[in-house]
Amino acid sequence: MYVAVKGGERAIANAHALLANKRRGDRSVVEIETRQIEEQLSLAVDRVMSEASLYDREIAALAIKQARGDLIEAIFLARAYRTTLPRFGFAEPLDTKAMALARRVSATFKDLPGGQVLGPTFDYTHRLIDFALGEACDPPPPATAPADAAPAAPRVVDIIAGDDLIERNPQGEYDAPIADVTRDPTEFPASRDARLQTLARGDEGFLLGLGYSTQRGYGRNHPFVGEIRFGEIEVEMVVPELGLAVPLGVIAVTECQMVNQFKGGDGEPARFTRGYGLVFGQSERKAMSMALVDRALRADELAEEKIGPAQDEEFVLSHCDNVQATGFVEHLKLPHYVDFQAELALLRELRREAGAPPPDAEAAE
Amino acid sequence: MSARPYNFAYLDEQTKRMIRRAILKAIAVPGYQVPFASREMPMPYGWGTGGVQVTAAIIGPDDVLKVIDQGADDTTNAVSIRAFFAKTADVATTTDTTEATIIQTRHRVPETPLTGDQILVYQVPIPEPLRFLEPRESETRTMHALAEYGVMHVKLYEDIARHGHIATTYAYPARVAGRYIMDPSPIPKFDNPKLDDCPALQLFGAGREKRIYAIPPFTRVVSLDFEDYPFERTKFDAVCEFCGATDSFLDEVVTDDKGGRMFVCSDTDYCEKRRAANKKDAAE
Amino acid sequence: MSALAFADPTFESQAAFRRIMRALSAPGTILACGEALAPPPPLARAAAATLLTLADFETPLWIAPSFPAAIGDYLAFHTGAPRAAAPDKAVFALVDLSADGLDLARFALGTAEYPDRSTTIVVQTASLDAGPRLRLTGPGVRGEARLAVASLPADFAAQWAEIRAGFPLGVDLVFAADARLAALPRSTAIIEGAR
Repeated sequence: MYVAVKGGERAIANAHALLANKRRGDRSVVEIETRQIEEQLSLAVDRVMSEASLYDREIAALAIKQARGDLIEAIFLARAYRTTLPRFGFAEPLDTKAMALARRVSATFKDLPGGQVLGPTFDYTHRLIDFALGEACDPPPPATAPADAAPAAPRVVDIIAGDDLIERNPQGEYDAPIADVTRDPTEFPASRDARLQTLARGDEGFLLGLGYSTQRGYGRNHPFVGEIRFGEIEVEMVVPELGLAVPLGVIAVTECQMVNQFKGGDGEPARFTRGYGLVFGQSERKAMSMALVDRALRADELAEEKIGPAQDEEFVLSHCDNVQATGFVEHLKLPHYVDFQAELALLRELRREAGAPPPDAEAAE
Repeated sequence: MSARPYNFAYLDEQTKRMIRRAILKAIAVPGYQVPFASREMPMPYGWGTGGVQVTAAIIGPDDVLKVIDQGADDTTNAVSIRAFFAKTADVATTTDTTEATIIQTRHRVPETPLTGDQILVYQVPIPEPLRFLEPRESETRTMHALAEYGVMHVKLYEDIARHGHIATTYAYPARVAGRYIMDPSPIPKFDNPKLDDCPALQLFGAGREKRIYAIPPFTRVVSLDFEDYPFERTKFDAVCEFCGATDSFLDEVVTDDKGGRMFVCSDTDYCEKRRAANKKDAAE
Repeated sequence: MSALAFADPTFESQAAFRRIMRALSAPGTILACGEALAPPPPLARAAAATLLTLADFETPLWIAPSFPAAIGDYLAFHTGAPRAAAPDKAVFALVDLSADGLDLARFALGTAEYPDRSTTIVVQTASLDAGPRLRLTGPGVRGEARLAVASLPADFAAQWAEIRAGFPLGVDLVFAADARLAALPRSTAIIEGAR
């Protein structure tokens, strides 16, 4: 039986073959195409792109296929691929005012310039299993608005800021260095850019739970959804050689601006505060959770009492990364018999010294 | 050469430079955990990404690599990491401790004494010896800065009060060169004495926690203890079933469900060498 | 064949790094480094090899005034390292002992929390055979080691002792003489100064 641990190399190769076979499943069933994943499991693709910090639908779809639908595994694959890519520079800040909106809702104003745009959403669907989807189906094409009819849709927080009723965003210097949490170890307290990056690639479920905890009193911050917008936006980068910004392409993003509990006093007029969330693709749950947690993490800055885990920067930022978390939790299945042996030896010695009966005596009872 | 889809030893040259700089600082300040920009590796965090990055940054085409996990060359994760370097760096690999120029390890220090021509690279899960007493990095960093290690002694003393022993059996804290307290990674305390005055350079890589630290050769490494409760190396009542060793760390193997046990060397290379020598002696 | 920079950066920088690492792990040990390089004069081959191996766009470099502008251009071109505005802003510094002297306290010593945020000084010297012999002890040294560095300032041992009193803060030195190098990490104590 000691021999059983030998031959690790062959065991690993066999395990990989079994995995590939299991991934393929019943070969009489048509193999899934990555294009199908991209088109029909698009929210899974969005999540993988967000939490891998890599906007590449094809790679995300391929990773989902390779990971047999395990999204954290797919995120891991996409990140490991991302690490090997060269880095050209930093994009210009996105101007989300200019987004081509597919959806835009505000919970703070009944109507506003640009209107409420429901767009593609699960909201207000009745969660009844649609048995018709068990077969191929071809839904009727949705109604479309005239192409030139999209009215300007200013950001809700900008409208509130016009009345000086919400804090201004701190203005960073244009040339200030930008954090890159994928390259630099995090220091505490973290800068806001490092914090937002970490949250944007943080685990959706973890942030959801933390955001929820703030609503239940573990660091309440009285949030209103000022606005959620989802749509497409052009990414630009300044090429120093050309001295101008060139478009790199169009990406889909979801932005959530929370309007929170007001602050004031000490001569400062009262104003609402902000929490911010931005993720790739369409994920309102993640963008909203991120905005709640971002706001909660500003507790020190806003001189609030810290009573909930969502307000604890070191706790949140150190544990929200699912690739790190899953690696370390799952490493417990690696052999630990050396350490366990050391513990066994001590435990036996302690028991002996304490006069506990030897194992034979126990077995005889 | 240009057809190679990835760089020698996987990491790009800039990443290697960054890691190399961290290694040099770690050597210059023994036991201090140098933050480094750990990369995402194609293997999970907690499975040796720190050790792999350190090895990738130092390894060259003339090196001979040995990888062990729990003292054994044939445990699956050791096999997987050895295969990674055989593939990405095309280096010679060995299971023979004496032949290796770089030994990457998880949880053990080889029984065979190391030489000045060897480098031992440890995979480290939690590099911070104070982490279990103080979870906050911001706090532990200050404690190291002030060399304020009283809590560690308090913890060890509480063990003595409760159990009559220091109840730490692995990842046993040690003081390096009279200054920093370090976590020697989860090696059994049996191995701690091997860290002291070792001729080989010892490098520690923690990928998820983004830290590198080092013990230069011939450096004083003292396991923490008290005058009235000195550090004691774990002793085994058993001998190795295969080679008869009485001086090695033994794994307990369960042979049946009736309480049957046997003990065998955790260091497979050490055990095999001894068995070969025993056979030779018997034949002569 | 000699060259301005590494002909094969991957393998040559790896080989150079191992020697530098060995030098820092065994203070006082002299190792060959940069033998195949032909940097512009007066830059020593081992100094060039050290900087080509370790410096890049992330590491501000300070170059002592005795070096001609061509050395700055050469290192900027081959490493991409930006020039540090002052010695205490530098991750790496290049100093020529015979022309610049050496004032250790001018460089970054790190902080108590981050002692690694310090300057590594590449110190060029005419010889590692002549000059005052330093007696070294500390991590990496079995018993005692010796190192001779030509043109070392008379107060070097005193400077070193003063910096060392603030350990773990400090600077690390890589001495380069033509194609040979030796190192003095901050953990090393000098038993006795120049004779």
